[in-house]
Amino acid sequence: MRVLMFGWEFPPHITGGLGTACFGMTKGLAKNGVEVLFVVPKAHGDEDQTNVRLLNASDVTVDIDHETERSYWDRVQYMEIGSNIIPYVGPEQYATMFEEQRHATRGFHSSVFAPRYEFSGKYGANLMEEVARYALIGSSLATKYDFDVIHAHDWLTYSAGIAAKETTGKPLVVHMHATEFDRSGENINTDVYAIERRGMEAADLVITVSDWTRNIVIEKYGINPDKVITVHNAVEPSDKSLDEYERSGLKNKVVTFLGRITFQKGPEYFVEAAYKILQVDPSIHFVMAGTGDLLQKMIKRVAQLKIGANFHFTGFLKGNDVDQMFAMTDVFVMPSISEPFGIVPLEAMRLKVPVVISKQSGVSEVVEHALKVDFWDINGLADAIYGICKYKAVNEIFRKEGKEEVDNLKWEYAAKKIKNVYELAINLR
Amino acid sequence: MRYLCFYFQVHQPYRLRTYRFFDIGKRHFYYDDYNNRITMQRVAERCYLPMNNLMLKKIEELGNKIKFAISFSGTAIEQMEVYAPYALESFKKLVATGNVEVLAETYSHSVSSLMNKDAFKMEVAEHKRLMKEIFNVRPKTFHNTELIYSNEIGADVAEMGFDLMLTEGAKHVLGWKSPNYLYVNAINPKMKVMLRNWKMSDEITLKFAHETFKVEDFVNWLNSIPKEEEIVNIFFDYETFGEGLDASTGIFDFMKYLPDAVMKYTDFKLVTPHQIVEKLQPTGVFDAPIPLSCRDEERDLSNWMGNDMQDDALATLYGCFKKVKASKDEELMRDWRALQAAENFAAMCTKHQGGTPYDYYINYMNILTDFINRMK
Repeated sequence: MRVLMFGWEFPPHITGGLGTACFGMTKGLAKNGVEVLFVVPKAHGDEDQTNVRLLNASDVTVDIDHETERSYWDRVQYMEIGSNIIPYVGPEQYATMFEEQRHATRGFHSSVFAPRYEFSGKYGANLMEEVARYALIGSSLATKYDFDVIHAHDWLTYSAGIAAKETTGKPLVVHMHATEFDRSGENINTDVYAIERRGMEAADLVITVSDWTRNIVIEKYGINPDKVITVHNAVEPSDKSLDEYERSGLKNKVVTFLGRITFQKGPEYFVEAAYKILQVDPSIHFVMAGTGDLLQKMIKRVAQLKIGANFHFTGFLKGNDVDQMFAMTDVFVMPSISEPFGIVPLEAMRLKVPVVISKQSGVSEVVEHALKVDFWDINGLADAIYGICKYKAVNEIFRKEGKEEVDNLKWEYAAKKIKNVYELAINLR
Repeated sequence: MRYLCFYFQVHQPYRLRTYRFFDIGKRHFYYDDYNNRITMQRVAERCYLPMNNLMLKKIEELGNKIKFAISFSGTAIEQMEVYAPYALESFKKLVATGNVEVLAETYSHSVSSLMNKDAFKMEVAEHKRLMKEIFNVRPKTFHNTELIYSNEIGADVAEMGFDLMLTEGAKHVLGWKSPNYLYVNAINPKMKVMLRNWKMSDEITLKFAHETFKVEDFVNWLNSIPKEEEIVNIFFDYETFGEGLDASTGIFDFMKYLPDAVMKYTDFKLVTPHQIVEKLQPTGVFDAPIPLSCRDEERDLSNWMGNDMQDDALATLYGCFKKVKASKDEELMRDWRALQAAENFAAMCTKHQGGTPYDYYINYMNILTDFINRMK
């Protein structure tokens, strides 16, 4: 079987969960004997080249260290389409970022708190135009290759998926990693909502990353429940152990939040819970790792609560720094308000870090060995964190059992389910 | 006979390095060595050496007719010793002429006077010890960081054995009064207070950058001051010469011809601050119940305190003073002094355009956490 996949960023240039998921999934599919034509948008430096750059997956800077995995990669063909579209960014924010870069002068101060995206002046300054342009190239690309099914990830590539389906007549599967409601709360961008809905309606089958997301898709987008299938995300087992990293230099417990500092991730609840805990135990330290539009607000709040000596910000972390952060962490917290899946707690658990997660997350559907609280319940959140910090027994169980649990959530298994979805989509014809 | 008094600030803080959460508890070195070194060496080349040489030459020429004052921060002296010992030698030579009054101040250019009286006293005592060690002098005139002053601070400084303090001739405190007289502290009348003529001081530092401000302009201005007004105090950073204002602006020439012109065309005499106390009687009380400074249009403290980040950082820093003092650990004391520099809190100020106050606060608090951790 061969799939044309409109996916996202590959390592090492990963800025969030979507890239990690696409990467793991592709690897898992290859292991299940599925061939993948992997197409990603990317702004190149060399503008005079053709629109599409074909690369061998082995040329892509991924960490293909195992000889056994190398053979799977032969089943993956990797293509880059010159484009400015980037994940996690809505139309308004896109316009701001584009303008910022265009006007970036010597005085513009870039700090460690901002991950860099490359924009190219060759492509559109308007996200919606850019999405349409991407779809056009995607569909012409589709006519040149042979495949059995089309798989598109998140709304920015849905138009490309639909166009490819229209030109080739092949079945389309769209994958909902996040909905507009997760990103924006109730104040949704209706253009984005419309593209998401059109994508799901045009698709033969829809994959959601959790039942939490499946419910949103059915209730808020009115998609026929029969064509929506949940396939939970997985995580690659880590061959790294905590011993490879420096331990925390602090003599006290460290509690960590790691993720984009945006409304969706509930950073405010973490700060307020930290304040409550510090009233009882002023020795505990809190870390907020990541960046986002609420960063300044969080810093101000921390200063206002006068807890700056116990509450630290690291800025954006990537690659090894993320695992380094986990190695220094005693409790990992994800208080998301609405989290379609949320892969970071799994990454923490595989390094034996106990986690506290919100019930409003997809990941809470698949893990047993985690404390689950409602995101808005600051007292409950504080209780859970304090409990893991203070009571050894819970801590030990979570460390051990949690790791075992996560090691069984392999992409290989999740990819098997995705392959079944492909087969179903083909058979529906 | 009327008096013209020049005093200058020589100060360099320790600039902090990027100190991440991952460093806490592991690495206890907080400074951007490279930046500190090149800054000190650049300022030594562009300002300290040429200006000292110029003043030495003037002293040779005019003898006792040329007098002025310099205030050295402890952290500037420390860095000079390490990175530019030749500059320190040159300052020693200048002070040895006897024409320069060395002022007392806080060791670290800190705002300790506003935070903790004991910490303030310690800062002043350490500075006093350093001035004795380096220049073999005992300062009698006190100048607080950025001219920060209040009735209470003035009284505290009197307790420490000083009888003259310099501060800003702030409009909102003076009202209709002129800064060109000698005043006394509102709590302890034995403490005399001399006020900076900010209008003229700013005129020199700001106007020079944009247009040519000539010696004649300065002389004309002096002559336009009502005859009964007795003293004019001009104060700015020594680094203005050559660093703040490039040599090409002509600032060195300005200082070269100014003393001669003042002597020839006005009835002003160049003196040091403490000479004034010996010559003049105070004319009234300078009443400043609320602290003031020489910074910003408001002449208040908002450059260093008042926003949540500044307040958290200051409270945390001065909250550990007792522990630091009790530790009697010289390495801790050194870091304590460096972390007190007023620049750290100014960098967290959100009033001005530019800068990265949030990043600065985060970085500073990481360092402070490590610092506190070391005392456990």
